[in-house]
Amino acid sequence: MTEPIINGVPASSSLPSGVPVSDAPAAPAVNADAEQVGEPAVVESVAAARGPLALEAVGLGRDFKLGRGQVLHAARNVSFGLYRGAVVALVGESGSGKSTVAKLLAGQERPTHGSVRLEGKPVDVGSSRRFRQYKRQVQYVFQDPFSSLNPTHTVGYHLARPVKLHQPGVKDVKAAVIDLLELVRLTPAAQFVGKFPYELSGGQRQRVSFARALAAKPAVLLADEPVSMLDVSIRLEMLGLLNDLRSRLSLALLYITHDIASARYFADEVLVMYGGQIVERGPAEDVTQRPAHPYTQLLIASAPDPDDLGSVLKSANVGAGGGAARAGNVGPAAAGCPFSNRCPLAIDKCKQENPALQLLTPNRAAACWRLDVAASSLTDSVV
Amino acid sequence: MSPILEISDLSVVYRTSAGDVRAVEHVSLELNPGEVVGLCGESGSGKSTLAYGATRLLRTPALVTSGSVRYGGRRLTGGGDPVDLLAMTHHELRAVRWREIAIVFQSAMNALNPVLRVQEQLLDAINAHLKLPRREAHEKAAELLDLVGIPRNRLRSYPHELSGGMRQRVMIAMALAADPEVVIMDEPTTALDVVVQRDILAQIVELKERLGFAVLFITHDLSLLLELADRIAVMYAGRLMETGGSQDLIRDPAHPYTRGLLNSFPSIRGPRRELTGIPGSPPDLRDPAPGCPFAPRCSFAVPACGAVDMTLEPWDAAPGAVHRVPSTAHLTACPIVTPKVSQEGVLS
Repeated sequence: MTEPIINGVPASSSLPSGVPVSDAPAAPAVNADAEQVGEPAVVESVAAARGPLALEAVGLGRDFKLGRGQVLHAARNVSFGLYRGAVVALVGESGSGKSTVAKLLAGQERPTHGSVRLEGKPVDVGSSRRFRQYKRQVQYVFQDPFSSLNPTHTVGYHLARPVKLHQPGVKDVKAAVIDLLELVRLTPAAQFVGKFPYELSGGQRQRVSFARALAAKPAVLLADEPVSMLDVSIRLEMLGLLNDLRSRLSLALLYITHDIASARYFADEVLVMYGGQIVERGPAEDVTQRPAHPYTQLLIASAPDPDDLGSVLKSANVGAGGGAARAGNVGPAAAGCPFSNRCPLAIDKCKQENPALQLLTPNRAAACWRLDVAASSLTDSVV
Repeated sequence: MSPILEISDLSVVYRTSAGDVRAVEHVSLELNPGEVVGLCGESGSGKSTLAYGATRLLRTPALVTSGSVRYGGRRLTGGGDPVDLLAMTHHELRAVRWREIAIVFQSAMNALNPVLRVQEQLLDAINAHLKLPRREAHEKAAELLDLVGIPRNRLRSYPHELSGGMRQRVMIAMALAADPEVVIMDEPTTALDVVVQRDILAQIVELKERLGFAVLFITHDLSLLLELADRIAVMYAGRLMETGGSQDLIRDPAHPYTRGLLNSFPSIRGPRRELTGIPGSPPDLRDPAPGCPFAPRCSFAVPACGAVDMTLEPWDAAPGAVHRVPSTAHLTACPIVTPKVSQEGVLS
């Protein structure tokens, strides 16, 4: 933390500059928005201290054509790494693009810009055989355990299938299924093999989902809101289980959530997304305790505080128009910072130019033109 | 002040071939005029069953087996004695529903009809419960949108054209169509983001101040109630475990279950606390063990827990003492964990 720099950190040649790759469809002329302004910052991820790089998003972007020449940037210039044994949290509201990023990493969506690299090599999921090989390494856990399990199949069937598919060498599939159930602490395991999803509670179903993902013995686990459908009282237990699995199996874990408080407790690094872009990133404790970006600040101000009852509702602006600015998160592309129409600090420049991530400390960065005001305590030391 | 809604000794079972599921057992809860009471519990704790049982919205196999629900709204009773909703005929209930007690249903995101415009759905509620001329009914629909801060031109929108937060606001507007005295909100913000959720909660508080209705707010997220509720009732396995003023309950939780809930959600501010959560899972309500249903998951459990009768007693009273207490007092169903035990350092 000795040399925080604002603005203009030279990008290393190995990192993306956000230039669309050649296979990307040509952007329609109506699409008026510019690329992000400024050199993208090179952030040293705190997650790297945990283990080697497993999966990497490099200038990743996904556009959707809306017709009439309009383009929606569901994800734009997203770069970060997942490291073995580390948890990276992707935090944002519905529609901020966090699930799109996960789907791009999982190979379920094709990027229109940038690439995904697994252990340094560009990912190719062009054929079903290659996609299957990729899935052996990178597994996905879905949000809703009530709809992600097939109601007509037993727990044993759900787990035996991926074992047979991804580990053809395994002779005793039954024993492998029992091991998986014990791994996710569904004990006594033998009792659960023959059960159907409707016989399980939400937490038990989600454990089955974890076990199913782990059946392939992956290096990377992409967990898309893995606890948001569960009761508050068992969320902690599930996160504890994920954390335990992460360290025992040395998993590289992407934890997608809209609950920034859980990211504080669970993740090494936090990435905050808004409007398809990463607007702030850094060590979990730093980002949550000293948020730099106005959006992160809003997100944290919205969390109830047991020590100051009523503070959140008092600060909320209610009444007509209170929700009017809501629609701005993701929509057809517009120029400028995506948060500018909700941002209390927005100036003209914010509506015209889209800021790139700028370094605050070697492992923290935020994308904002008003960091001198929004995070004065963080930026003062620069001068 | 007499309560506007007084649920006494209410029990609800679900008849199944494998035996009765005792979803709500001998629950008493009062709601005072203009008050927000938070009803908090895990999935399957019986919180929704309690609310729907009290308002006669359950049908077979659900069966109310005991209790009374007395409603004391002035418009209905004319200042006389409260009426028992459970003894009413269906015809009489029609006069209560929406005009006296309205409900914002769970998963309100999907509770709107996708093929009807907002206007038609608001008019539906207005016409069913208020006899207004056509023009006035239309004006009323527009006023309802004003009330929740949605532009009037959205009357012509279909639900899919609205954001989640806006749909939720429409649902709230619809519940307020006939100016009810009591609004029951069943997990109204569960599917929403934190920022939108905050706006909706603030809106509920603001409307409550303006229109003076009482709210029974059902949620599994105790942290929401910290902000919103005047009083909180904590429910587990069909029983009330603890009730009290929000401040009392948060700062000095009496029941071990409440303590577990409070220790379950990570805080965003202040020092990082050691979080423990609540290990284990809720009991099978078909064949409940005698005594406290939380005992198998409780770290303070002693053999005597099997004989606990689950009546709510004042938190600061000596075990076994029985007195009549006002509804605002801090009550707990756990006679094992007392302030004395807490102070002696047996409990953290």
